[in-house]
Amino acid sequence: MSSIGTGYDLSASTFSPDGRVFQVEYAMKAVENSSTAIGIRCKDGVVFGVEKLILSKLYEQGSNKRIFNIDRHVGMAVAGLLADARSLSEVSREEASNFRSNYGHDIPLKHLADRVGMYVHAYTLYSAVRPFGCSFILGSYDEDDGPQLYMVDPSGISYGYWGCAIGKAKQAAKTEIEKLQVDERKTCRELVKEVAKIIYIVHDEVKDKAFELELSWVGEVTKGRHELVPKDIKEEAEKYAKVRNRSSGDSHNKSSLQHGLLSYFCPDRNPWRRRMTLMRITCKQCCKPLFCHFTDCVPCFRHPGNSQLYCRQ
Amino acid sequence: MATMLQFPSSVSTLNDYNALYPDWTQREVSTGTTIMAVEFDGGVVMGADSRTTTGAYIANRVTDKLTPIHERIFCCRSGSAADTQAIADAVTYQLGFHSIELDEAPLVQTAASLFRDMCYRYREELMAGIIVAGWDRRRGGQVYTVPVGGMMTRQPVSVGGSGSSYIYGFVDSNYKPAMSKEECLKFTAEALTLAMERDGSSGGVVRLAVISEQGVERQVILGNQLPKFSTV
Repeated sequence: MSSIGTGYDLSASTFSPDGRVFQVEYAMKAVENSSTAIGIRCKDGVVFGVEKLILSKLYEQGSNKRIFNIDRHVGMAVAGLLADARSLSEVSREEASNFRSNYGHDIPLKHLADRVGMYVHAYTLYSAVRPFGCSFILGSYDEDDGPQLYMVDPSGISYGYWGCAIGKAKQAAKTEIEKLQVDERKTCRELVKEVAKIIYIVHDEVKDKAFELELSWVGEVTKGRHELVPKDIKEEAEKYAKVRNRSSGDSHNKSSLQHGLLSYFCPDRNPWRRRMTLMRITCKQCCKPLFCHFTDCVPCFRHPGNSQLYCRQ
Repeated sequence: MATMLQFPSSVSTLNDYNALYPDWTQREVSTGTTIMAVEFDGGVVMGADSRTTTGAYIANRVTDKLTPIHERIFCCRSGSAADTQAIADAVTYQLGFHSIELDEAPLVQTAASLFRDMCYRYREELMAGIIVAGWDRRRGGQVYTVPVGGMMTRQPVSVGGSGSSYIYGFVDSNYKPAMSKEECLKFTAEALTLAMERDGSSGGVVRLAVISEQGVERQVILGNQLPKFSTV
């Protein structure tokens, strides 16, 4: 998975012989090390969910937010280096505010995504600076343009989505989002529960212990303002998510997998290291304890590039 | 004139200068004028007279004071001709750039904001009274007025220029909300005619423009075709 740059990866102003800019790719790897953030667009709004890992019991609850308010009608969920993300949120705020000051109305989200994308891209051109190590998802709701969702990554590119995920469990989260089949019929209230459920599903109980779920939305239900989801609705969503996660229902990855055999992705992702380990592992989906005896590190067949655990059952 | 200061005859004043050179060599070119715009459901009707004066001399009797800013956004200019032309050029450039960036047609409110920014920032140097009107997809036909000083406000009907003072009564009593396009055209033509009758700085022909989703239609009502009123 990791290819070594060897000399072509020392600065962002250098191409490798096969046409890659390694520094930008390394920046994207920094994003993949961070916990997951997802954003989904429905017919009357956008919902963000972030799996905020709690690294210390001493943290105040609700601190180190990963969802920012960029303007009244725009929200941003981030993954990657939090300091970089904070600085970009300030940049986005200035862009949105300048636009309103010059032109007299709210900034259209596509334009904001383009402008911030241009800013991020500028840092991938020079050797004197390093690229931003964060991706972010921007979402807004507007009576005329409807709900919009854009994602910007460290290369400076931005795409519009109806559902996207960034961070370490993005593959799993994307699968779950696709299964949702969000179409014109879902409303924000229903979507909040689904977003909470997805975050609980993709959260890795073994590797990362405690986490706090951050939920925010913007849509008709909030009259076009981006806000954190109110406490009671959030609690209801979390309850729904926990129940769904426990049950071995449709949240499993059903396919033609062998019964009882565990697949585990080596934590340091080194395909050549041999290990003899006896480990007690629980299946993430159905929480049943399983034992496993390795002689080898193998990648997870279901989700290569992901450190999730799935019971083949 | 009673207000003139009394100087000894050795000091020459502006008054004396007049004796040597005509008035229009010292006066700024002004679109002392009458301009008007009305909203209707589906667009706007804009009208203006066509007289530009330097003092008492009519520099242009067929002026076009309805200036396009963008495909479906126009402005009516009153005040100093140079100032309003310069502002209109600057705003046309800014709005064009903005529209390309956004990749969609600009809002009338945006154009009015740009006018307002410029008129307010340079209010000491400028003398410009502008009415911005047009059609956009979001809010349909809109009229925004940006008088001298740089205020900006949206109004269903707006009049401006030196001739506007004579027709406030007519406009207030004859405007009805939800008029049709033809009613608006008649209303505008009549109001402008009355103002041109009474204001020395307004006259010539009446230029009209209708802006809607379909585009812009322009007409001219020549002097002999203007509506006739009982005051002879």
